Amino acid sequence: MIPELGNFALILALLLAITQGTLPIIGAARGIPSWIALARPVVQGQFVFLAIAFGCLAYSFVSNDFSVLNVARNSNSELPIQYRIAASWGSHEGSLLLWVFMLAAWSVAVSVFSRHLPDEMVARVLGVMGLVSVGFILFLLVTSNPFDRLFPAALEGSDLNPLLQDPGMVIHPPMLYMGYVGFSVAFAFAIAALISGQMDAAWARWSRPWTTVAWVFLTIGIMLGSWWAYYELGWGGWWFWDPVENASFLPWLVGTALVHSLAVTEKRGSFKSWTVLLAICAFSLSLLGTFLVRSGVLTSVHAFATDPTRGVFILAFLVIVIGSSLLLFAWRAPKVGLGGKFDLVSRESMLLANNLLLMVAAGSVLLGTLYPLIMDSLDLGKISVGPPYFEAVFVPLMTPAIFLMGLGPLARWKQASLPELMLRLRWAFGVSVITALLMPFVMGEWKPLVSFGLLLAFWIIATIFVSIQQRLRNSGQGGLFAKLAKQSRSYYSMHLAHLGIAIFIIGVTLVNGYETEKDVRMEIGSTVTMGGYTFRFNGASPVSGPNYKAMRGDIDVLRNGEKIRVMQPEKRTYNASGMAMTEPAIDTGFLRDLYVAMGEPLENGAWVVRVYHKPFVDWIWFGCLLMAFGGMLAVTDRRYRLKMHSKHVETAAVEDGKRVTNNNTGLATGGRKA
Amino acid sequence: MKPRHKKLAIIASGVTALGLAVALVLNAFESNMVFFFSPSQVAANEAPVGKSFRIGGLVEEGSIRRQSDGVTVKFIVTDTAKVIPVVYTGILPDLFKEGKGVVAQGKLAADGVFRADEVLAKHDENYMPPEAAGALEQARIQKTVMTK
Repeated sequence: MIPELGNFALILALLLAITQGTLPIIGAARGIPSWIALARPVVQGQFVFLAIAFGCLAYSFVSNDFSVLNVARNSNSELPIQYRIAASWGSHEGSLLLWVFMLAAWSVAVSVFSRHLPDEMVARVLGVMGLVSVGFILFLLVTSNPFDRLFPAALEGSDLNPLLQDPGMVIHPPMLYMGYVGFSVAFAFAIAALISGQMDAAWARWSRPWTTVAWVFLTIGIMLGSWWAYYELGWGGWWFWDPVENASFLPWLVGTALVHSLAVTEKRGSFKSWTVLLAICAFSLSLLGTFLVRSGVLTSVHAFATDPTRGVFILAFLVIVIGSSLLLFAWRAPKVGLGGKFDLVSRESMLLANNLLLMVAAGSVLLGTLYPLIMDSLDLGKISVGPPYFEAVFVPLMTPAIFLMGLGPLARWKQASLPELMLRLRWAFGVSVITALLMPFVMGEWKPLVSFGLLLAFWIIATIFVSIQQRLRNSGQGGLFAKLAKQSRSYYSMHLAHLGIAIFIIGVTLVNGYETEKDVRMEIGSTVTMGGYTFRFNGASPVSGPNYKAMRGDIDVLRNGEKIRVMQPEKRTYNASGMAMTEPAIDTGFLRDLYVAMGEPLENGAWVVRVYHKPFVDWIWFGCLLMAFGGMLAVTDRRYRLKMHSKHVETAAVEDGKRVTNNNTGLATGGRKA
Repeated sequence: MKPRHKKLAIIASGVTALGLAVALVLNAFESNMVFFFSPSQVAANEAPVGKSFRIGGLVEEGSIRRQSDGVTVKFIVTDTAKVIPVVYTGILPDLFKEGKGVVAQGKLAADGVFRADEVLAKHDENYMPPEAAGALEQARIQKTVMTK
């Protein structure tokens, strides 16, 4: 009964989505107020029905209703309750229901926080989101209904893939999807601007926080995925350039470009068409990501679902969405215009250069991800493109981008002087070069690549200091703290996010430069030493978990002959699926991780054991968290909060104009980029 | 500089930079492509010598031999028509089993043994790597052609 209720709710949601995707857009075009007014209630209605549908699916999982095919395939009565809930989005069908449910949630948020926007615009934005929703609900109902019954009912479910039975995997997909789906708001705004031909600072100001929030979710989602791969897959790597990872990284790269391009459009009125194009690209790549992961076309650890009809449906949907929005762009973009002019050396030109670099980087990832698939589908041979390609491309592309990242925040809008910038940054440059050259000696061995990576990171940090120092000098009277408190949150948020990049680079550089990995045969009582730590293997003993049995190794970690820790990695076998799983033990530290994973058992109680010493590896994820935190801070900036209370767009726009003029004339060298 | 010249300079530098970037990407792409060969293709000397490539198929039943150091493993990959002996040092993936699909990346040594530096098996019991499945399918077709 409950699954049928869910199915029915899904059908009703489809009908509402169709209404939402048609009437308000037509109403806005023809000027029919009653049709325009339909947008908000319909969105909220759709949300309610999708919430019911999702609730019904979650209920089926929690109550172990194995007469539902989806539940029987992806759950098990032994599965702990939190994973039964997570299993509702662990499967292909469930994850798409989550996708569309989140789309509805974002739509409701737009409908609630848009009171001060012109009604026609809201109608168009929500209409576009409705059309996307129609596509996804149709996909669910036609090719992958999560409520399909199994007759006769199964006595027991075949279990959730053990890899997904993990707290990281419980929150990773929702975060990632919040990011993917969040870009639909920027997309809908871009399409609405193209339809109406209106695109001003208010437009950019309004779609900016939405884009930033989506970007924050995507950043956290990717970070969680990387972290999960590190501690769950048992190979000790944090990024594999796997097609599925690339699928989430592509919208991130374009989304990062979009966040910066929107800043220019809001502050300076420039880059208008470019911003629209980026918004279309970011969402298209989110859809492509969903397609790549969910159609099973990939040779990848993530390709759990394999069904060609689904692939054809998503491919058609993708072609329709991307094709029609690019056509619309080609047709209407000239009307939107390019916006303000700027000099060859200016903050705009640097942001544009960085945008281009990010887009080329995204293009190269796209090439490396799709080319093997295209070759294969055309029967031109099977090839694969591994990490060496992506690394060879990424480092040279990101190097100038990071150099500009230090320069940009200090450059003036519209027209900057290169000699003056060089003068202001000479100390920052000197300090970062010297520290980068010396730092590897502290780590024990000088390596050119490590020095180079550290140079990039220290350059960012040094320029942040210079920016803040010069900004404070120009902030008038008052003590240090008064001056610090005077700066806007969006100013700090920018530096925080950039600092995140620096921390991230430090982590990547040091772990690549100085990690030690050993696969060794360990007898009971034998030891292995690396990075100043000695690991002593005391044997393995059987243990049993709620739905698995395992061999648990017992390894003492010694430093200077003293035992500092016991590590207990496991080799699990899950009862329902019989799948083997490596559960590594990790000792997390500020400066290093110790990582131990069980390989295979040998004779006489000996095991093959994988032992890693990974310096600074946690800085990688901490850097990502800083970036995400920076984004969150930007959204809470005063001007957005003011806007929520004030219903007058005009006043805000006037204020904005004032500030821009101030920036041009004043010597506030730090500028007000956010 | 006149505004028109400035504009030209911007466009010219942009196009040059973009061209450089694209050249870099394509060059890296070309030199890092890894091709896939089935055991039959390797037996027919189609695979390159001294260059990294991938092979795939089934791990032959009863073929896994662990060397005395405990971490070096020898096994045989078959597409049911031809076989390749493979040596790998390190921990094998959880789902690496005799009779199951496998893909390995490495170089072919002069003695005909494939020295793998990476072994991939998929994280799902019933899932066959597409390359491995393709290799088996190819071998099956070849056989039927030959028996006719």
